[in-house]
Amino acid sequence: MTMPFYVPPEQLVKDRADFARKGISRGRPIVVAQVAEGILLVGQNASPTLRKIGEIYDRIAFAGVGRFNEFETLRVAGVRYADLKGYSYARADVTGRGLANAYSQTLGQVFSHEVKPYEVDIVVAEVASVPEEDALYRVQFDGTLRDAPGLAVLGSEEDAIAAAMADQHGPEVPLIAALRAACSAIDAASEQPADDAAWETGFLDRSAARRSFRRLSTEEISAALA
Amino acid sequence: MTAPSSEVGPLRLGEQIPDGSFLSVLTHRGEAPSWEPGSGSTGDLPEATTVLALTWSDGVVMAGDRRATAGNLIAHRRVRKVYPADDHSAVAISGTAGMAVELIKLFQTELEHYEKIEGNRLSLDGKANFLARMIRGNLALAFQGLIVIPLFCGYDHDQSTGRLFSFDVVGGTYDELHYATTGSGGMEARAFLKSAWRDDLAPDEAVATAVEALVAAAEEDAATGGPDPRRGIFPNVLVVTEAGVAELTDDELEPIVDQVLAGRP
Repeated sequence: MTMPFYVPPEQLVKDRADFARKGISRGRPIVVAQVAEGILLVGQNASPTLRKIGEIYDRIAFAGVGRFNEFETLRVAGVRYADLKGYSYARADVTGRGLANAYSQTLGQVFSHEVKPYEVDIVVAEVASVPEEDALYRVQFDGTLRDAPGLAVLGSEEDAIAAAMADQHGPEVPLIAALRAACSAIDAASEQPADDAAWETGFLDRSAARRSFRRLSTEEISAALA
Repeated sequence: MTAPSSEVGPLRLGEQIPDGSFLSVLTHRGEAPSWEPGSGSTGDLPEATTVLALTWSDGVVMAGDRRATAGNLIAHRRVRKVYPADDHSAVAISGTAGMAVELIKLFQTELEHYEKIEGNRLSLDGKANFLARMIRGNLALAFQGLIVIPLFCGYDHDQSTGRLFSFDVVGGTYDELHYATTGSGGMEARAFLKSAWRDDLAPDEAVATAVEALVAAAEEDAATGGPDPRRGIFPNVLVVTEAGVAELTDDELEPIVDQVLAGRP
């Protein structure tokens, strides 16, 4: 009869975290930045259909890096959570904080109970009518939930891109300027620069009455990067 | 209807939903709206009455009166029966008001849910078919008198035209070419539209025609409420074009209503 080896919990957690980090660090970066007109989400993505940035609800957007199937599962679960809550109560009752909490709980459960942790890093962005009430929540593979006021960078070269964006976000920075800065920071950090069509964007429009999420058109992106 | 659960559960990852629709999510979790088939009279439940839609050169106009009746009483004077379903389509209802409003809320959520999950919008035919499925699901209650019959219209980007659909109680879907009506005053409104509809209606003419059809219905059907400028009660009118759904405000409707009422025999 074989005896199971004893593995101390510290080692178990460390192994799992190392495994998840390795997967995530290969992910292409995504920048989520507060701007004057709302919140900008942008990243390189060669595929026009396999999205990393998506709409969750009226004022809430989602961005994820890591394994596509895993953050897509999270995105779909988030849309169901939000739509069910909005349908059961009222549209105003769906909040980014509630959703970020749900993601945090769920990822924490997966990290400690499932066969392998999710190799994902996600951001929940919520725009408000005034910039002071905008919220960015960062949820990591182990369920760690952090408030990321004004700026969140996911994926590889996180620190370099965050440094480049340090004074290129916030309520005074126009959308176009932040987009240009984010694209050049991501380009500088990655091996190959993207052409205009290879940028995936999302924009939460502060002035929208109801559904505030939209994608910037290729023309808008080209104009900003020209 | 079952009471809403006290908490909306935590995230359920990888939940296997047969067709991914919001309605199936609700059914899967046992939270789909349901009304128990009962017995006895349903005559005291508010009923929403006349709604209609007609096409014009660049789109569709959809309109509804504001009255809800319960038996021989007027239950509400400012009921809303015409709603935008999403950016480019609209839905109107007649029948048992409480169920109809819930149905519309579910339908609106469904269209938005599909768009977010799939990343693109349902086709106009897809939307009409889904609405038919929801009506069909209500068949057992319809036989007990709790009937909900919608009208659906929208701008079809594939065909570059406005289209409208009518339904029957078993979920039959009918692609209407020119105009459609439903509800207690529907017959009168249809008779009016039959003589007034032309294929070259301008948008303002289409709106005036829709309003006059409601006035004609209200003149003959006690359950249909005509416009009442003195109390500030105007019909709900939505105009659907390639640009989207636009709702006319009471201020915009007032001169049209005045003109229509002045022109009635």
